[in-house]
Amino acid sequence: MPPSALPDGDPAPSTGELPPSALADVASTDLGIYVHVPFCTVRCGYCDFNTYTLTELGGPGASIGVDSYADAALLELDLACGVLGPAAPPVSTVFVGGGTPTMLRSRDLVTVLDGIRQRFGLAPDAEVTTEANPDSVTPESLRELADGGFTRVSVGMQSAVPHVLHTLERTHDPENVARAVAATKAAGMQVSVDLIYGTPGESLADWRRSLEAAVALEPDHVSAYALVVEEGTKLAAQVRRGVVPAPEDDDEADKYELADELLSAAGYGWYEVSNWARSQRARCRHNVAYWAGTNWWGVGPGAHSHVGGMRWWNVKHPSAYAARLGAGESPAHAREGLTDEQRYDERVLLGTRLADGLPVADLRGSGRTAVAGLIADGLVDGPAALRDSRLVLTLRGRLLADTVVHRLLAS
Amino acid sequence: MSPMARSALAPNATPPDLIRNFCIIAHIDHGKSTLADRMLQLTGVVDSRAMRAQYLDRMDIERERGITIKSQAVRMPWELEGTTYALNMIDTPGHVDFTYEVSRSLAACEGAILLVDAAQGIEAQTLANLYLAMENDLTIIPVLNKIDLPAAQPEKYAEELAKLIGGEPEDCLKVSGKTGEGVEPLLDTIVRQLPAPTGDASAPARAMIFDSVYDTYRGVVTYVRVVDGNLNPRERIVMMSTRATHELLEIGVISPEPVPSKGLGVGEVGYLITGVKDVRQSRVGDTVTNASKPASKDLGGYRDPKPMVFSGLYPIDGSDYPDLREALDKLKLNDAALVYEPETSAALGFGFRCGFLGLLHLEIVRERLEREFNLDLISTQPNVVYDVTMDDGKQIHVTNPSEFPEGKVSEVSEPVVRATVLAPSEFVGAIMELCQQKRGNLRGMDYLSEDRVEMRYTLPLAEIVFDFFDQLKSRTRGYASLDYEPDGDQVADLVKVQILLQGESVDAFSAIVHKDKAYAYGVMMAGKLKDLIPRQQFEVPIQAAIGSRIIARENIRAIRKDVLAKCYGGDISRKRKLLEKQKEGKKRMKMVGRVEVPQEAFVAALSSDGDAGKTKK
Repeated sequence: MPPSALPDGDPAPSTGELPPSALADVASTDLGIYVHVPFCTVRCGYCDFNTYTLTELGGPGASIGVDSYADAALLELDLACGVLGPAAPPVSTVFVGGGTPTMLRSRDLVTVLDGIRQRFGLAPDAEVTTEANPDSVTPESLRELADGGFTRVSVGMQSAVPHVLHTLERTHDPENVARAVAATKAAGMQVSVDLIYGTPGESLADWRRSLEAAVALEPDHVSAYALVVEEGTKLAAQVRRGVVPAPEDDDEADKYELADELLSAAGYGWYEVSNWARSQRARCRHNVAYWAGTNWWGVGPGAHSHVGGMRWWNVKHPSAYAARLGAGESPAHAREGLTDEQRYDERVLLGTRLADGLPVADLRGSGRTAVAGLIADGLVDGPAALRDSRLVLTLRGRLLADTVVHRLLAS
Repeated sequence: MSPMARSALAPNATPPDLIRNFCIIAHIDHGKSTLADRMLQLTGVVDSRAMRAQYLDRMDIERERGITIKSQAVRMPWELEGTTYALNMIDTPGHVDFTYEVSRSLAACEGAILLVDAAQGIEAQTLANLYLAMENDLTIIPVLNKIDLPAAQPEKYAEELAKLIGGEPEDCLKVSGKTGEGVEPLLDTIVRQLPAPTGDASAPARAMIFDSVYDTYRGVVTYVRVVDGNLNPRERIVMMSTRATHELLEIGVISPEPVPSKGLGVGEVGYLITGVKDVRQSRVGDTVTNASKPASKDLGGYRDPKPMVFSGLYPIDGSDYPDLREALDKLKLNDAALVYEPETSAALGFGFRCGFLGLLHLEIVRERLEREFNLDLISTQPNVVYDVTMDDGKQIHVTNPSEFPEGKVSEVSEPVVRATVLAPSEFVGAIMELCQQKRGNLRGMDYLSEDRVEMRYTLPLAEIVFDFFDQLKSRTRGYASLDYEPDGDQVADLVKVQILLQGESVDAFSAIVHKDKAYAYGVMMAGKLKDLIPRQQFEVPIQAAIGSRIIARENIRAIRKDVLAKCYGGDISRKRKLLEKQKEGKKRMKMVGRVEVPQEAFVAALSSDGDAGKTKK
């Protein structure tokens, strides 16, 4: 799910090639592949992801659409294979996000997965996830995914409360969520549900109802995100005009605390600020890889990649993306080589958010001296720091993770 | 119609009979500069091509704002009935802060053109300056300007002027500075009606300084009006207030550029250059005399400029402090009224406490510092000077609220002004209500015409400095005009309201206010800060207190959540960049105890642009 606004960066070479320094550890670093499917039937008012409705793309005659997406993705996989070279390890995790990946036929999703398998190989225990809209899956389509090698489905539930879904402009039928979850399980795949809290008009009781509904589905995994009003969305315009109230931090804090309480009680443990899993095995390994700073290649319009300290991101528009690949060029829009300072900042930024914590030894001097104060302020778990030499956030600390990071990085 | 004079009279050889000295009294936008431009053109002093609009206003700020800060004097030849005259037009500052400078300019003239916009009528400042001119026994020529405007009502306002200065409405001249209509007859009228200067040509020289300007290349250029005797190049002169002597390096007249002359005689107006570098060595109002044959008595009327309003100026970037000092040192060369001394504020760091003649003066200085010297400044809420007497009889002169003493205060006195408000009569009620709220005393009220009224009040200067003018404008839909002049001190029930953040007093936010308004100020400032200071990890109480008594309280609740919920592949760069930006932002935070206060909060809370009352919550 890349954000729609692309960062500034340096120009990326049209061959897509990477400097030798970025490739030095390719063989010994886990490799993940993210596949971005930039299609939706409608655009939801809060969403700033890089996604397009078919009308926006110009209908069936357009240069790229749901029918031709897989072909373009395979071209980029060819490029990836060439750039990473024979040293690239078999792929550990694949994550198909969007947009709405299930707007593609299951057959096309499997074609892309097959393409990955053919070019890189899949590790024996590879985790292969796709996001799914509850309205656009059927028991048959899910079985086809499972047969093709998918192991996990992340269902976009968002809320169980009709007026909240309405504000979010989610059109799915809440009943379909249960059907999708059941069918995923029946197909032998793991299932996760995504929730959003803090939607304007959502009461604490509404949120409790959504959490209880999610727990009742007995998924393996739950993600819960605070609604962020992103610049340039319809929701942002509505907030600016005062049509809907802005999400309120204290309300979101209450809801986060409620989520942690109910999910913990139901046997889900947090492993990242916004993610809970029923077991160690149920954690989303693809996402964990982002936070651990390993390598991943993002395929698709606007997708971001990271290999060995080099980050790059593709052109956003599907037509431009397809045109680049059609001309035999890299679809990369721009890139940035991270400095040691930036890699350190990212390690602290991402590691702090994990329940496994950031090894205190990874912190530089000024960061280490800040730990005592963070423990005193109740933001960092004191016993974990002393016992395991790891920096783990308390519940209060999770809500103030940005403050913690600032204090760790303040020079 | 008079023709342009065929030749000008030579300075130092012009009989006083052929000299006319006059100034133009007008409100800011009533067209004084445009009229002056036309006169320069008609007398041939400036040709049309070289005409810069508003020739006499030198500085950019003045040109942009359409106001004149520094006056000049231009000598223009004019022929009437076969005789050539020398007309000296002395430009006067048009704002309330410069009353003293205006009074000196008036003292250099025998007559004044009272210039009034025929679509607007007379304004309070013009009226105040008119009274000043009448006190100086100047002959007044009433003139209505902008008669070319469709909205002009010359008959109505001619009546108003006639009522003010005596005479008949028909005596009022009607001109258009824009088209030039009526300007030649006006020049003729100046020659006919204004008295010629008189003085004793054989006496020791006495010349009054009515302006003093610093020029980068020439040093200080001093403008004088010779009353007695004469001044000659290369002689030594004495400034009578300081007894300092200088050599006259150059003497001459402005026409419209400086033209050196063989001297200046009785009744003449011109400039002197002595090579001094600071306008304080050549003070407005002082008398210049010959060193060889000094006059025994000065011309009188000299006054030291007295700062009335004080404000702290702080660089937003602390490392600009030396630049600010240098900039103030430079401005001071050209501004005898500007005073400053270094000051330290716990919240704002190093800066200067500066004294100004008034709010406009403050604003002009600040703008020049920002524009000409490229400085970003915070100016603290302006305040007046208080004299505090303690129970033990000790006297304390307070120019900064932080100097207000703790302990037993027996009496506090504050400066007051005599204020004149002119407005359409429908607003009398609103104005009275406002003046009442601002602790004003009505001294009198007169109808200038059927629907225009002049109200005279005594008001504490502190109230004017706070937001009186903005309030007056908003309550009268912009129709009221205001003028004021210092009128001594009064004892008042004043207290210092301190603002405390987490129990720590923040000097920059405290203020000295009337006891009855302490609560309102406390509530306003606490509320404002609550909105401006971001939530911290702990609760931050904001208190307003008089001594140890808390009068208002707000709470900034502790922040509970700052984390962005989502952080996947594409979010990482964005999040890191945000972090880098926030790290930069932290550097612009000021610590007050443990509380981080963004620089912007100080700027907004202290902004002196009269919005103090607007951010109510």
